[in-house]
Amino acid sequence: MNELVFFINNVIITGSVSGSIYAIGAVGVTLVFSIMRFAHFAHADMMTFGAFMVLLLTLAFPGAGGAVGLPTAVVMLPLAILLTAALAVGIDRAFYKPLRAHGVKPIVMVIASLGVTLMLQGLIRLFAGTGGQRLYIDDRKEIFRLALPFEGARAPIVVTEPQIILFILTIVCVVSLHLFLSRSRLGKAMRAMSDNPDLARASGINTNLIVAVTWMIAGGLAAIAGTLLSLDVTFKPDLSFFLLLPIFAAAIVGGVGHPYGAIAGGFVVGFAETLAVFNWGVLLRPFRDSLPEWLAQAGSLSFVGTEYKIVVPFVLLVAILVWRPTGLFKGKVIT
Amino acid sequence: MPLLDARDVYGGYGGMNILNGVDMAIEADEIGVIVGPNGAGKSTMLKAIFGLLSINQGEILLRGEPIHNLPTNQLVQKGMGFVPQEYNVFPSLTVQENLEMGAFLKPESVARMLERVYGIFPPLKEKRRQPAGELSGGQRQMVAMGRALMAEPSVLLLDEPTAGLSPLFMNEIFERVKEVNAAGVGVLMVEQNAKQALAIADKGFVLAAGQNRFTDTGAALLADPEVARSFLGG
Amino acid sequence: MSTQSERPSDLVAAPSRFPWREVVLFAVLLMAVLGVYALMGTAYSTRMLVEAACYAILALGLTIQWGYAGQFNAGVMGFVALGGYCAMAFSVPVNQAFWASDLAGELGMVLLFLAVGVLVVVGVSRLHRLGVPRRLSTTLAVVLALLLYLLVSARLDEVAGRIESQFGFIGGLGLPAWAGWIVGGALAGVVGYFIGKVCLGLRSDYLAIATLGIAEIIKAVLKNADWLTRGTATVSPLPWPVPPPGEVGFTLARALYLSVTAVMIAAIFFLLTRAYNAPWGRMIRAIRDNEVSSAAMGKDINRRRLEIFVLGCILMGIGGATLASFNSLFDPQGYLPLNHTFLVLVMVILGGPGNNLGTIFGAVAVYIIWVMSEPLALAVLELVVGLGEGAFGWDAPSNLDSRALQARVFVIGLLISLVLRYAPKGLLPEKVRHHG
Repeated sequence: MNELVFFINNVIITGSVSGSIYAIGAVGVTLVFSIMRFAHFAHADMMTFGAFMVLLLTLAFPGAGGAVGLPTAVVMLPLAILLTAALAVGIDRAFYKPLRAHGVKPIVMVIASLGVTLMLQGLIRLFAGTGGQRLYIDDRKEIFRLALPFEGARAPIVVTEPQIILFILTIVCVVSLHLFLSRSRLGKAMRAMSDNPDLARASGINTNLIVAVTWMIAGGLAAIAGTLLSLDVTFKPDLSFFLLLPIFAAAIVGGVGHPYGAIAGGFVVGFAETLAVFNWGVLLRPFRDSLPEWLAQAGSLSFVGTEYKIVVPFVLLVAILVWRPTGLFKGKVIT
Repeated sequence: MPLLDARDVYGGYGGMNILNGVDMAIEADEIGVIVGPNGAGKSTMLKAIFGLLSINQGEILLRGEPIHNLPTNQLVQKGMGFVPQEYNVFPSLTVQENLEMGAFLKPESVARMLERVYGIFPPLKEKRRQPAGELSGGQRQMVAMGRALMAEPSVLLLDEPTAGLSPLFMNEIFERVKEVNAAGVGVLMVEQNAKQALAIADKGFVLAAGQNRFTDTGAALLADPEVARSFLGG
Repeated sequence: MSTQSERPSDLVAAPSRFPWREVVLFAVLLMAVLGVYALMGTAYSTRMLVEAACYAILALGLTIQWGYAGQFNAGVMGFVALGGYCAMAFSVPVNQAFWASDLAGELGMVLLFLAVGVLVVVGVSRLHRLGVPRRLSTTLAVVLALLLYLLVSARLDEVAGRIESQFGFIGGLGLPAWAGWIVGGALAGVVGYFIGKVCLGLRSDYLAIATLGIAEIIKAVLKNADWLTRGTATVSPLPWPVPPPGEVGFTLARALYLSVTAVMIAAIFFLLTRAYNAPWGRMIRAIRDNEVSSAAMGKDINRRRLEIFVLGCILMGIGGATLASFNSLFDPQGYLPLNHTFLVLVMVILGGPGNNLGTIFGAVAVYIIWVMSEPLALAVLELVVGLGEGAFGWDAPSNLDSRALQARVFVIGLLISLVLRYAPKGLLPEKVRHHG
């Protein structure tokens, strides 16, 4: 029984946490891709930027959370979303729009986004330093322990407050994204533009507006994902290249240009990572006596050590590119 | 004053002129049909009118107001609708969403216009929740025309609306074009099925090598033996 | 129609013209180098030149991928690190104590296990030829592969742990440095082959994503496989292919090393220029400029692309190996995307993608700026801090040095953005010649 609890704590909860973060990040990447047709490498740094804004705001108003009974960082999140959305639109105006007007190849946009990544990284580290910082400054991280009503289950299921906020916010994001894309005029126009930009223009859809809205959504979602990641662990300014791979893998696994696919892909990647680093030896422990000696002796039976976690999204990425380049849900643009 | 008036238009891609001085005018209640051999510049002319390529010389007037080289969304706002020959629906959007996109600039009139478009194309009402990508060629063409009509255009530009359709569907589409025109929308279309198209045309324009060869009423062109011999296959 | 498409700008770049631009730019570069010599002394400046030469090899590797073929490799760092590892593994002295111990045999057993496991899995995956349903054989192979992988990696972990605790790491092969350089290039080429095989047929973005990923993975492996690389403990010194500074003095030793790299660059430059103008190079450029028509003409697009990508990776491996040998240090943690991917990218796009001479110019010029920016940035910063303290009593943060380094990250990013926008073809653009 304790092994089951261990499994729930280390796989179900951890997997859902990273899955949610990757999903929110991947939706942004996939939206940008479906409207502007390039892989936006600066996305992870927009996440970091969002979290950094939260950090600054939290430092400025440490007591704000106490008033409403939530962590200050969460109270500051809406403001950070706005700031990051503005940043995304500004970056587009300054760096991507002129290139788009020139009609450059998508891969040149990719390189431009790498330039933006470096600029953001440099600025953030210039001000934030390179060490990790906690987003919980004045308030305490609540930890909930749920005991299981079973015989012999001594260890409780452990969930922390930011994880619960994360789950709630993920659901909110997914539902509101769905409503936006399927009900609102702008959301439908976004899907239309991703289907056929020329026809969208011929229908009188203001494509500049759609591009701006896409950046706002991508930036806002990036701020949420970055903040939730930093709440769960700590704010680290140098995560970007480690986040990019799982997020891109999630977007590609789900089918590029397909927002619901990106959400599914995020969870696929998140769970694949946690399952791969999970020590399967733990689940064998109750049966130790009946196992052959060589198996019982093996110390840690995990597929990869945590230091090699980044291999998992890469393997998923390669596997999907080899066997099903359109992704699990049929993506749009692959060649 | 003609509804749409193109005068002495020169234009093309990459510095090369495909159109070498084309004149074309239709009145508000007319159907104009552009016919001619392949490479004559028929579709290019339509694209030039809709601002999809910039013209090098000449002018294009809508109700007397110059509209050449205006951005596309302003043309839509001024009452121009365009249905491209290919890729003319949003495949992953439902039929109704496709139509709503047509009225993107006039969200307040969506409900009223949906009624009207469904009235003209009854099959679309049944299929309104189906993705447009799953429809047959003829139905897609209806979605495409319906989408353009949603913006309440005063002139509708159709680029080969019957390309690739069976004769049955072709007649169906031409009937709808007449119906749309009867409701007060000027129509200018490029057609390969020249005889059938000229039969419903108030004005016909025969282009060759980027220039007007014959311009007359549809009936007169059909009756002209020279037009018949050189352009209508005898 | 074909006569009209030849724009006048192409005619200006006709080969007969005197290369003013090249002469002026290289003259300025020479002045800059002499300036550094005057300011920083011979030993320092020669070191800078050797490093610039190693970077030029990397940049040539990237310029053939990006400039010749339009493939964007965002993981130069990974191939550089592989080259560096090989240079280390081949040239460092043999660890006699380890090879004399039982552990060498045990490590061999694990590797034997691995080989047998791979054979079994491959065999099972081929079972469908004997009539077993294809789906079943694939499933079996995957399950078996996972199981064997678990067991082998558990064994390897255990043996590796004992190697680390008893001997540090398994040591090198004690061979001359150039052996490691060659193998480094080959290993980078093999990795590039697999990446290219998967990604080159798809959208170019995927190659960028995959190379970024493989670079981080290679770094993670080199950093954490202590039994192979000593990980964060680093390996040093690495032998040189020329007499080391201890024997002939810093300047002469570095000058000798510089001549070795210069000969390599000259050879690579000569071969690349030949290839560029040969039918092969023309085909590569045709594919880059118009994939569809090249395919229609019956060119084997994916094969040509794979060739050029692997060739680029080989050069990166060789460049990485020469760089590691010169630094006489193998430090997996020292491989940074900024220093080993983006710096090279800036060299290429600033110098002129697809133009070998431009790329070499870009490599040396950018490296000088890069090296000189460090003291310069610190000086500016100290000035600002001094002013700040004097004027407002500002208490500057203590870790200013490390923050000054972050400013370089920003500058490189800004440089990429500016070049893409204002000089998309670089300072020495590729010359487009029209044949016939």
